[in-house]
Amino acid sequence: MTLLVSKNQLVVPGEVLARGSGVDVAGGVYRKKVKGETEIIASMIGLVKIRKDSVGVVPLEGCYIPLEGDIIIGKIVRVGITSWNVDIRGPYVGALRVNSVLDRDFDSLRESLEEVLNFGDIIKAQITYFDRTRDPVLTMQGRGLRKITHGRLIDVDPVKIPRIIGKKGSMIQLLKNMTNAQIIVGQNGRIVVSANSVEKENLVIRAIRKIEAEAHTSGLTDRIRAYLEEEKKNL
Amino acid sequence: MTKEKTSLLMDDGRRLDGRELHELRPITMQSSVLDRADGSCYLTWGNNKIICAVYGPRELHPKHLAKPDRAIVRVEYRLATFSVNERKSPAPRRREYELSKLIKESLDAVLFLEKFPNGTIDVYITVLDADGGTRCAALTAASIALADAGIPMKGFITGCAVGKVADKMVVDLSDVEDKDGQGDMPVAMNFNTGEITLLQCDGEFTIEEVKEGLSLAIRAIGDVYKLQREAVLAKYTQIEGTTNDVGDEEE
Repeated sequence: MTLLVSKNQLVVPGEVLARGSGVDVAGGVYRKKVKGETEIIASMIGLVKIRKDSVGVVPLEGCYIPLEGDIIIGKIVRVGITSWNVDIRGPYVGALRVNSVLDRDFDSLRESLEEVLNFGDIIKAQITYFDRTRDPVLTMQGRGLRKITHGRLIDVDPVKIPRIIGKKGSMIQLLKNMTNAQIIVGQNGRIVVSANSVEKENLVIRAIRKIEAEAHTSGLTDRIRAYLEEEKKNL
Repeated sequence: MTKEKTSLLMDDGRRLDGRELHELRPITMQSSVLDRADGSCYLTWGNNKIICAVYGPRELHPKHLAKPDRAIVRVEYRLATFSVNERKSPAPRRREYELSKLIKESLDAVLFLEKFPNGTIDVYITVLDADGGTRCAALTAASIALADAGIPMKGFITGCAVGKVADKMVVDLSDVEDKDGQGDMPVAMNFNTGEITLLQCDGEFTIEEVKEGLSLAIRAIGDVYKLQREAVLAKYTQIEGTTNDVGDEEE
């Protein structure tokens, strides 16, 4: 195998990353045979990721693809007889059944689902099941999974979420500790921020926007710490 | 007729806008110009001004259009009412339907649609100012917007027209050359793989002229591709060049 790019190089779709066989592909690339030789080609805008025996691209743009186990922040878009439809900001609409919200029996003749969760409600939920043939199934039974009643909801790019959380949660901890804000991060690129003042919430949102814009650069945690320290003086 | 043909070239052999025979018009491209769209691009190509927005992959309505094994692409190419000399009715005309269809088919060839079954990718192209060669410019803008939306693709589609003016093959026809010239041949391709995804021909060409035109088009597409690549990366390179530890950070 011959590598044609270096680690963390910015690439665009169509750029050849490596030639020859004996290499696995990670995400963001595809394989193509050109004149009997295998080429590994980028399919997304992103940074080259080189591991021991694999080549891939960490995307810098992308939509949310549901994964089983993801904690997401969803919005109720339809209330049915025994289930809700939830907008999860992905290509598919999530289904939330009543028995994965309430732990008691639900009698659809006597009560209506709107009393539990109404159209437009924001919820923190988990994806329990998803394959590409069926729409994702959600649950609200689990620690911390609930209806979200207060805070500011912002949308970020879903591919930047790992960066906003940081290594072992370092970035999100930094934001929480320095501002005393409550921050709920959904893997689908929705974040709910609540603090005891609007100015603090604005500061957190500005910091998140900064992380989003500079997600592809190094030493970001230190820069965000400096940024927060500087901005906190003006509060 | 002969008089008209010769009048498209000046005495010194240059074209009416002062370009050489094989010279492109000035091109600028900018990605992520629209906040609401998932991906977008604003492109100026000579006097052409085109804005393109991409939404998706998202749920498809009406449901009966959905394909269970892949997503569909819907392209809406529209000329703004003020984009041409005489006000154009805002209702789509035959030409707009045709261009929407061939842009869609051209983009179909490079997108990994099987990753999003039952879904749709919507591409909206509005020509704000038209001066010849909008289909190639629109395709170029659309693939920037698609990459900006993070939709996996085999490579960019880049387009450029060639044509025949005063018995000479020229690159990147303007509106006048397109209308009064002897023929035009828009070409769009995936420059990395060399696969041609759009090839039309209007007018009379000899076999040699087609061959010459195609090689001229491919060379011009190479130049446009470089600009396209820069435009997509500009958003990131402007912020900072150094990139070290990205990719290892997970929850």
